[in-house]
Amino acid sequence: MTDLKRTPLFALHVELGAKMVPFAGYEMPVQYPAGVMKEHLHTRAHAGLFDVSHMGQVWIDGPDWETIALGFETLVPQDVLGVQPGRQRYGFFTNDHGGIEDDLMFARDPQGDRLFVVVNAACKEADIARMKAALEPGLTVTPVPDRALIAVQGPQAGAVCGGIAPGLRQTRFMDVRAVDFDGVPVMASRSGYTGEDGFEISVPAAQAEAVVRRLLADERVQPIGLGARDSLRLEAGLCLYGHDMDARTTPVSAALDWAIQKVRRHGGERAGGFPGAARVLAELEQGAPTRRVGLLPEGRAPMREGVALFTLEAGGEAVGRITSGGFGPSLGGPMAMGYVPVELSAPGTILYGELRGKRLPLTVTALPFVAANFKR
Amino acid sequence: MKYTEEHEWLLVEGDIVTVGITAHAAEQLGDVVFVELPEVGTTVSKDDEIVVIESVKAASDILAPLDGEIVEVNEAIADNPALVNDDPEGEAWFFRIKPSDMSPMDDYMDEAEYKDFIG
Repeated sequence: MTDLKRTPLFALHVELGAKMVPFAGYEMPVQYPAGVMKEHLHTRAHAGLFDVSHMGQVWIDGPDWETIALGFETLVPQDVLGVQPGRQRYGFFTNDHGGIEDDLMFARDPQGDRLFVVVNAACKEADIARMKAALEPGLTVTPVPDRALIAVQGPQAGAVCGGIAPGLRQTRFMDVRAVDFDGVPVMASRSGYTGEDGFEISVPAAQAEAVVRRLLADERVQPIGLGARDSLRLEAGLCLYGHDMDARTTPVSAALDWAIQKVRRHGGERAGGFPGAARVLAELEQGAPTRRVGLLPEGRAPMREGVALFTLEAGGEAVGRITSGGFGPSLGGPMAMGYVPVELSAPGTILYGELRGKRLPLTVTALPFVAANFKR
Repeated sequence: MKYTEEHEWLLVEGDIVTVGITAHAAEQLGDVVFVELPEVGTTVSKDDEIVVIESVKAASDILAPLDGEIVEVNEAIADNPALVNDDPEGEAWFFRIKPSDMSPMDDYMDEAEYKDFIG
């Protein structure tokens, strides 16, 4: 495992008995001794703690909020200007073809006029280069590699984190607060990647281990690896960049229409003005030829990424493929997401996935597989 | 008890061999979520892929350790795959085979050899 980077929590993962694997250039915990199934179910029942320090954290500064927001709007199809202080939104960088270069969270600093961006680990170098090229010198793009990112997710995450940092008690989904967390200055957003209530907490690297030990001292909190993170996000119907979408996937094809606010669409005050806008805006009105859908295999056999989808039990060409699939511990069965022609994307449509030479039926299903449990 | 390099255990009782996977294999696989067993009465050849096991992580196969006929399968693990993690070397046996040729049994490892094999 040469050249792999380590997060500030590496030693703690090893101490906790984690199995470490290479992921996006980092040595990351895929599971702890409890195992993927128990970790997943613990998160849904209590609270799970995830090290997501491999993700990229970036500050964007400028003379005032309007300049920062309008600058960032040249890179993403979201309404940035309208974000209130202390609020966060989901977004994505697009390319000239309307494809998605990365998905991200962006937040307006609770104190006022700064933008905080969190991007995927595998894309962060390219994302930072993209932001610097487009925004500097008018704005300043500052990566913060000296901060860890810790997610606490689950129905008891609010009580756990609110108990340590009273400033988090009154927050709701997608709020962002700078608070004192057991003596450590952190920035926490009430969001995550599991479909559960919870927080993602940006912590100075030097204090990350102390913060995590404090959280793990609470018996409601267990450490959770990447294995359960994947099954949790798939049950929640959330995309994994590089799998469920990539530079050739448009937002409408990825069923992310909801993430493009009216003000950036045709007829909106700031319509377009981001890479690939012509195609993205046209697809918002006319639809895309393919669509990301949920898929429920009929039997118990999981169907994973790469499984080809057919309309017929025998013969015919593949019409689509699975981009994420596995077993959903809370669902109690297999689940998948994939892309199909839009005319085959209606819930209830029966398709066949080819598994070990056999075609097995699956049903197009609305997402998520497990209902979200956010604090609205 | 004999062991294969594919991490199967083989228990000979008369002319029938019961086959399962070792505790070491079950731990490596992680939580088992799906098992597909062969049909009773199937004639198999040594090294045929006759069982599919899916864990939360990946799919893997179990190979027939001997030539012969499948005489019984353990439907309990198809109904409750978690049994493979709970009791791999007991209740969670996979199938029973009536070998047409017992001689490969001599080549399989005994317990001490298997322990060395998995280090």
